[in-house]
Amino acid sequence: MDKGIHIEGLSKRYGEGDTAVEALKDVNMSIAPGEVVGLVGPSGSGKTTLLKCLGAVIEPTRGRMTLGGEVIYDSAQGGWKTPDLRALRRDRIGFIFQAPYLIPFLDVTDNVALLPMLAGRANAASRSRALELLQALDVAHRAKAQPSELSGGEQQRVSIARALANQPPVILADEPTAPLDSARALAVVRILNQMASQYQTAIIVVTHDEKIIPTFKRIYHIRDGSTVEEAGEGREIS
Amino acid sequence: MISLAGRDILHSWGKFVLTGVGLGLLIGATLTMAGVYRGMVDDARVLLTNSGADIWVVQKDTQGPYAEASSIRDDVYRGLLGMPGVAQAANVTYLTMQVRHGDTDLRTMVVGFEPGQPGEPGYLVAGRRLLRGHFEAIADVKTGFRLGERIRIRRHDYEVVGLTRRMVSSGGDPMVFIPLKDAQEAQFLKDNDAITADRARTAANPALNRPGVPGLLDAVTASQTINHSVNAVLVKVGAGDTAANVAQEIRRWKHVQAYTREQMEEILIAKLIATSAKQIGMFLVILTVVSAAIVAFIIYTMTLGKIREIAVLKLIGTRNRTIAGMILQQALGLGLIGFIVGKISATLWAPAFPKYVLLETADAMRALVIVMVVCALASTLAIRAALKVDPATAIGG
Ligand SMILES: Nc1ncnc2c1ncn2[C@@H]1O[C@H](COP(=O)(O)OP(=O)(O)OP(=O)(O)O)[C@@H](O)[C@H]1O
Ligand SMILES: [Mg+2]
Repeated sequence: MDKGIHIEGLSKRYGEGDTAVEALKDVNMSIAPGEVVGLVGPSGSGKTTLLKCLGAVIEPTRGRMTLGGEVIYDSAQGGWKTPDLRALRRDRIGFIFQAPYLIPFLDVTDNVALLPMLAGRANAASRSRALELLQALDVAHRAKAQPSELSGGEQQRVSIARALANQPPVILADEPTAPLDSARALAVVRILNQMASQYQTAIIVVTHDEKIIPTFKRIYHIRDGSTVEEAGEGREIS
Repeated sequence: MISLAGRDILHSWGKFVLTGVGLGLLIGATLTMAGVYRGMVDDARVLLTNSGADIWVVQKDTQGPYAEASSIRDDVYRGLLGMPGVAQAANVTYLTMQVRHGDTDLRTMVVGFEPGQPGEPGYLVAGRRLLRGHFEAIADVKTGFRLGERIRIRRHDYEVVGLTRRMVSSGGDPMVFIPLKDAQEAQFLKDNDAITADRARTAANPALNRPGVPGLLDAVTASQTINHSVNAVLVKVGAGDTAANVAQEIRRWKHVQAYTREQMEEILIAKLIATSAKQIGMFLVILTVVSAAIVAFIIYTMTLGKIREIAVLKLIGTRNRTIAGMILQQALGLGLIGFIVGKISATLWAPAFPKYVLLETADAMRALVIVMVVCALASTLAIRAALKVDPATAIGG
């Protein structure tokens, strides 16, 4: 089994009895390392629910999830494989949100270096790792700035650097381009593609964004909790 | 790992310092209240020390002369002088009076004493001791009187010839020392109308104004206008005798009460200022509660303002312990700023207080510990709120 993302028969039900909502119904997905796939669907279709399950912040009702070659959840074998979901998120999953959500009281470098530090790496090593990523994302010249001093696009690139900081096999991006204009949105997608191939990361991008949908080579459509795989246009980003 | 709390404090130091200063002023007020109490205790001790006495002899069954009215005959001291172990014994009077100074009245404690005897102010900061037997005064600097000024006590004018300091009554009134005879007279001095009326009343009493006994009325009138009472006799014990033993002998043989220095301190501190101490204690409790409420409120609102960041921190794997530690350190940091500001402001404003404020280092250290404990407790509210934050909220809807 390769080191991407594999989801088999994943279901999630919110609530019990009459008020229960089947947010995910028997979802199957596979994303290879280095691949960026889009996850699109109408409002209420279950996109965020899927990200939360993969992100180990809510527990699925049924199914199996494999991240980076390791089963992290299997309902047939007692659920989560590790009791320490925090460490799982820290070491194996990168998160990118709709807004950058940088920590306002840490400078750009430490916003990125915080993750390796939380994982127990020394400050100096963590910071040089952060600088490396900031360089790759072309924001190294703002390394000492406070997040509030950065433009929206720069902030989003810093948040991408943060997601990559612990070299996770997987990145989950929740509408990462929503607040950005067309050019900036495409730039973010280009960066995600670059990073995916450079670091062999499997990336899921949840999006509504018509500007970026044509760029995916593969797209999962989700409707009422069920996914359908579809080939994307895979348009080159100039 | 970097200190998240420290970074946050540095980032929003303006808010932090402002809050810390506000808290600090409150802590300063608290320290000052404690200082007021310490000052009262110290005033009492200085009062006892400066009187130069080993034993206070007062009216039987009273706790005079400071805590209760006491009156004894002014010849008792002669009997005391004859007792073994008594080296010196001298009459003193204490009376709270308004002293006229220019156009204003000042509340003082007027002390009557005999120069060279116990009861004389221990040392002078300016001027000289009393040399003439009448109408000279030594005043505590707190009165604001200056050397050479004339002050009026009842019907007589006195010249201020000396100044002393740290001589205040247990009520905080500065003392004015005058010769014993003047003080005795001042205690009983009536205005002219009252004297005329008294004489007429005595003359109208057939028992005191008998036709067959010439001179009786004059003798009675004279005895009424002379005051043979003092408030206490101060005794100095000779070398080789203990105050406790001598006091016991005095109590046994004379119909008076005698207190040693320790007993006097007990009366002044444990009884006389006990109510004030409780009053101040209440204040301290309230100020502590208010400070705690402020810290709790500030830290809580600061934490609520960071809910989003806390959710992100949790999502990317920050431990609860780290987040709780961050909030706790911020609360302690706030407490520390508050304590420093409080200590400095209390030190700066203490001399401006009318009564002596004694700021003890031990009290400050105790306050520091209490501030830190209170801040730690106050942060629990915010910590609980932070720990309840669901990392899933960072992902959004
Ligand atoms: N905590 C919850 N409790 C109960 N029902 C929930 C909860 N979260 C989501 N749902 C329901 O699950 C379904 C899927 O929700 P989800 O948030 O995954 O949709 P989404 O695809 O992210 O929508 P949008 O594009 O609007 O963000 C919806 O019907 C929603 O009402
Ligand atoms: Mg959603």
